[in-house]
Amino acid sequence: MIHSLFLINCSGDIFLEKHWKSVVSQSVCDYFFEAQEKAADVENVPPVISTPHHYLISIYRDKLFFVSVIQTEVPPLFVIEFLHRVADTFQDYFGECSEAAIKDNVVIVYELLEEMLDNGFPLATESNILKELIKPPTILRSVVNSITGSSNVGDTLPTGQLSNIPWRRAGVKYTNNEAYFDVVEEIDAIIDKSGSTVFAEIQGVIDACIKLSGMPDLSLSFMNPRLLDDVSFHPCIRFKRWESERVLSFIPPDGNFRLISYRVSSQNLVAIPVYVKHCISFKENSACGRFDITIGPKQNMGKTIEGITVTVHMPKVVLNMNLTPTQGSYTFDPVTKKVLTWDVGKITPQKLPSLKGLVNLQSGAPKPEENPSLNIQFKIQQLAISGLKVNRLDMYGEKYKPFKGVKYVTKAGKFQVRT
Amino acid sequence: MTDSKYFTTTKKGEIFELKAELNSDKKEKKKEAVKKVIASMTVGKDVSALFPDVVNCMQTDNLELKKLVYLYLMNYAKSQPDMAIMAVNTFVKDCEDPNPLIRALAVRTMGCIRVDKITEYLCEPLRKCLKDEDPYVRKTAAVCVAKLHDINAQLVEDQGFLDTLKDLISDSNPMVVANAVAALSEIAESHPSSNLLDLNPQSINKLLTALNECTEWGQIFILDCLANYTPKDDREAQSICERVTPRLSHANSAVVLSAVKVLMKFMEMLSKDLDYYGTLLKKLAPPLVTLLSAEPELQYVALRNINLIVQKRPEILKHEMKVFFVKYNDPIYVKLEKLDIMIRLASQANIAQVLAELKEYATEVDVDFVRKAVRAIGRCAIKVEQSAERCVSTLLDLIQTKVNYVVQEAIVVIKDIFRKYPNKYESVIATLCENLDSLDEPEARAAMIWIVGEYAERIDNADELLESFLEGFHDESTQVQLQLLTAIVKLFLKKPTETQELVQQVLSLATQDSDNPDLRDRGYIYWRLLSTDPVAAKEVVLAEKPLISEETDLIEPTLLDELICYIGTLASVYHKPPSAFVEGGRGVVHKSLPPRTASNESAESPEAAPTGAPPVEQPDVIPPQGDLLGDLLNLDLGPPVSGPPLAASSAQMGAVDLLGGGLDSLVRPGSPCIGGTNFTSPPAAAVPASLGAPIGSGLSDLFDLTSGVGNLSGSYVAPKAVWLPAMKAKGLEISGTFTRQVGSISMDLQLTNKALQVMTDFAIQFNRNSFGLAPAAPLQVHAPLSPNQSVEISLPLNTVGSVMKMEPLNNLQVAVKNNIDVFYFSTLYPLHILFVEDGKMDRQMFLATWKDIPNENEAQFQIRDCPLSAEAVSSKLQGSNVFTIAKRNVEGQDMLYQSLKLTNGIWVLAELRIQPGNPSLTPLQLSLKCRAPEVSQHVYQAYETILKN
Repeated sequence: MIHSLFLINCSGDIFLEKHWKSVVSQSVCDYFFEAQEKAADVENVPPVISTPHHYLISIYRDKLFFVSVIQTEVPPLFVIEFLHRVADTFQDYFGECSEAAIKDNVVIVYELLEEMLDNGFPLATESNILKELIKPPTILRSVVNSITGSSNVGDTLPTGQLSNIPWRRAGVKYTNNEAYFDVVEEIDAIIDKSGSTVFAEIQGVIDACIKLSGMPDLSLSFMNPRLLDDVSFHPCIRFKRWESERVLSFIPPDGNFRLISYRVSSQNLVAIPVYVKHCISFKENSACGRFDITIGPKQNMGKTIEGITVTVHMPKVVLNMNLTPTQGSYTFDPVTKKVLTWDVGKITPQKLPSLKGLVNLQSGAPKPEENPSLNIQFKIQQLAISGLKVNRLDMYGEKYKPFKGVKYVTKAGKFQVRT
Repeated sequence: MTDSKYFTTTKKGEIFELKAELNSDKKEKKKEAVKKVIASMTVGKDVSALFPDVVNCMQTDNLELKKLVYLYLMNYAKSQPDMAIMAVNTFVKDCEDPNPLIRALAVRTMGCIRVDKITEYLCEPLRKCLKDEDPYVRKTAAVCVAKLHDINAQLVEDQGFLDTLKDLISDSNPMVVANAVAALSEIAESHPSSNLLDLNPQSINKLLTALNECTEWGQIFILDCLANYTPKDDREAQSICERVTPRLSHANSAVVLSAVKVLMKFMEMLSKDLDYYGTLLKKLAPPLVTLLSAEPELQYVALRNINLIVQKRPEILKHEMKVFFVKYNDPIYVKLEKLDIMIRLASQANIAQVLAELKEYATEVDVDFVRKAVRAIGRCAIKVEQSAERCVSTLLDLIQTKVNYVVQEAIVVIKDIFRKYPNKYESVIATLCENLDSLDEPEARAAMIWIVGEYAERIDNADELLESFLEGFHDESTQVQLQLLTAIVKLFLKKPTETQELVQQVLSLATQDSDNPDLRDRGYIYWRLLSTDPVAAKEVVLAEKPLISEETDLIEPTLLDELICYIGTLASVYHKPPSAFVEGGRGVVHKSLPPRTASNESAESPEAAPTGAPPVEQPDVIPPQGDLLGDLLNLDLGPPVSGPPLAASSAQMGAVDLLGGGLDSLVRPGSPCIGGTNFTSPPAAAVPASLGAPIGSGLSDLFDLTSGVGNLSGSYVAPKAVWLPAMKAKGLEISGTFTRQVGSISMDLQLTNKALQVMTDFAIQFNRNSFGLAPAAPLQVHAPLSPNQSVEISLPLNTVGSVMKMEPLNNLQVAVKNNIDVFYFSTLYPLHILFVEDGKMDRQMFLATWKDIPNENEAQFQIRDCPLSAEAVSSKLQGSNVFTIAKRNVEGQDMLYQSLKLTNGIWVLAELRIQPGNPSLTPLQLSLKCRAPEVSQHVYQAYETILKN
């Protein structure tokens, strides 16, 4: 099971350690640092590292490394999932998962880690239960605590931990009862030089924000549930109902949570909402090149495409770029990463945004072998690109009438255009 | 008001200040002080000096303060064991608190205090908590048993906690069940032999029920535990699969992968004709694909596992190629894994897409990735024949880029393509030769040299090219040197007239100026061959090479089957069985896929038989490079070569056979060639007479080697044992043993007369037995046996008697008659007396047979306490006619592949796995495959007898 946890920042300082069994010396992290050095880029550190006596399984989140030490055969996915859960919990408690936030709340962090794992076995990882055990910090509460001497730690048994629905605590009460769902779809795609789709799929999630009193039993149905053939469910969903009726039936956790995530695979055609016209060329034997890209709407279902950003990792030999955007602004980092970022904004079909200009290359160096890939971000409000539509939400078990709402948004995930 | 203030005090008097605050009367101040102490502890400062002061704060009603003190205790109790005893009373009291939260907290904390003295006090409260009315306390207590076991295993067993834990598996609360399973699994890991998780259909049913209701983490433990169960038939397997499948839709990827493991394992038992089998296959694909949209770390582990799954059951993901396409911002470790899977999935149907992608990757920036992409193109060419042409032209395009590492990789793979499709793409050689100078990596140089040597007759200036390499011969790596030697010999055999000088030069470089024994030996072998029989040399060196296949980089079927049982674990990430790397070499139990046992016998048709090794059209698998001797054979020897012993040569025995068979036969006919007088044919002039001396000395070494391997000594002979005691046979005592010497079996008997009268008229008869053993001659006792006299007789046996299957198989019932009476006894003969001398299987045959024998016929055994090296094992076994066909080193373990044949013609194939280094600790793993699986047990016993004596 999980033996120890070290939190390490990007400059390689171990700023927190927690041991669930016997103490493992910090020096075990040297193996990690070694791997980190070899990997050059922080994102490329291998997640599983073996050392003579331990295994180090790590994740990289929000510029922090969560490095866990294990000694026996443990499913690595279990460890990685758990580490992400720890990071999620910090995010949930402190609003951000950063070194500063963790240091500011070190006692709570320690209490949380103690509650989340017992002797390496997960104990309480549901945010609802944790919040009952250890109250999240708020300015008001810390002021109150310091005056009254009360503490962050709850002194009742977290009821949810015992029931068959461990994700929900008993006795929830709201004056305004609300249930909101966000259908968020991300398009992952690779578009080749000529503009045809090499690969595309939609990763969707339905995030819920449920503030309902008592023990509501909800069922959510879709207009077109057949779209969902590959789904991962929150444990609260009754799988049998889904299998037989294609209805999501569940007693929800309290607060924010991810109800389902789904994938609409490439077998169904995925609509690509933007196209890019590009002309990037480097001339042989002259220290300059041309750069010209234009973005336009494609299958956008009549909605506005906004929040467009284009990121390009330019080849190393590029010294500088001299470009003119027709809209938005661009930055180029000529020193370290050679990243060009163009913040476009939204597309107006009458005048398509473009970015044109010259590229200065290191003189004498051979011209780059290939053109860089363009990474594109965008957002479309009020549209689920897969066509998924919520039909209705029914509530059983409670008498009141809740406010209900569904919001759709489509974004670019890993959306890359080869040039 | 944040906690960061606790980090700021670094003054010298800090400990003193804290001490004062901890002893303060004000509760608030106390709590602040404890918080500061904890904060210092978290950053690794030593605050153990405050132990008594902190423990004093423990008796409090404030839950937070209590928890903080507990935290501190857990950290420092080990270094202050005497002080920790002070805390015991509070713990015992807390274990009886009316609030279950406090009870659970107390029992949890006590378990974390790793002090022997405390554990005694822990037992009673723990026993109570295990039976607590509140499930929350019970589930916490279950984990506590595992903690306690870690500290003092004996105590846990003595106190009967293990049984209580087993009872908890039937608890009404799913959370308690899950934790009990988790605790038992952890305990079982340190006690592989103990039968802690004794699963039966009832307990399985309970686990499956709990599976639906417990937390995600509990589901992982339960699923991993289920995977260790072997259902009794396919119906049970199917019903478990049906109940596990919903887990595939879980949001937690670890749950998904554990469920995949259970399904992959139990699927093995389902018949492929079943509708359900197809449904299950379809259900497996989407969750695996979904794992790839998770965080990169999860993706990596998932991909490593998918790699195994794709090898075992390619049909699951065959339509999902596109999800493995690499995105340019994937971390490198994900990219490399995806690439590997892309090649595994490549087929005629999708090869165009794959190639287009690979070509795209080959121009990326990351060097490792680009190299692998280029290599992948070559592997595609070998795997999908229809694409070979396109692959080659893509590779040529890439060579034109002149990017150094791309060119080198391309040349390495083109060499393999030549091997796979001889006489098809040689037109590109000219382009390759243009890049000769830019090659600076040994592998690429070696590949290029191989190409030049192999196609010397088509390259006009082959001799010049090779000569240019020869200049810096001693600076080259061994790989290049060996290759260069071989290439020049090939060149010489093809163009003898112009290259005499060159070959002489390289032979003397290799044999006289080199310290490398491999190189020297190879040099001598060539020299010898060239000088004795150039025709044979031609046949050997220029023999047709076996085709290579893409199977080369597949995981061996037996290892793959084992790894499938470890899906989702570290073993699956490293693609090694846990025994190869788990700390301390704890005896890890070998897992294997369950055999298919149909509930309905008639449903079992031969077509539906094992899936372990899909029929492979390629004739053979060449072990990966690394074994230089093996390499030598791969490159230079094909199966259809002159002498019969050569054909049977294997990677390990290769060199020996080459000499023992090839050279021996050259020398034996009394040919005077050693003296060098027989050089008449033109090319032989290449060896000057003056070189007789080094050859002679070199050869004598080599001949020593052969004599050692010769099969002169007989099989192992057990000491005589008393078969018939005098008590039972009116004074006649018979003891004896079995021997096998040079092909004949005999029964060595000692007859002792312990009676008071003379014994005469001896005769012997055998009952029918499993292998038809029968006396080949009558029992000859020449003189009457007087009292207190004994006589030794060797009774020759043959195996042409009548056959009847005995139980046990090696049971022999014997009747001995003398003038007094007839006596009956039975004895067990060791099976190795039946191992015949010609039990060495041809290597190709071996591979084909191994694949051909269904997996159900495989039996696994462990041979403990056998501290022998692979060589010693091999030679010991050879003495008893167990022949080593090949030896490989796989992931640090020596693997011996052996064959033996019984007198009745049954072949037994064996795979012996030896952990080098500390063979005394880890048992040898023996897998036996045989068409008559009932003999396996006895063959194993024979192995054990031979190896242990």
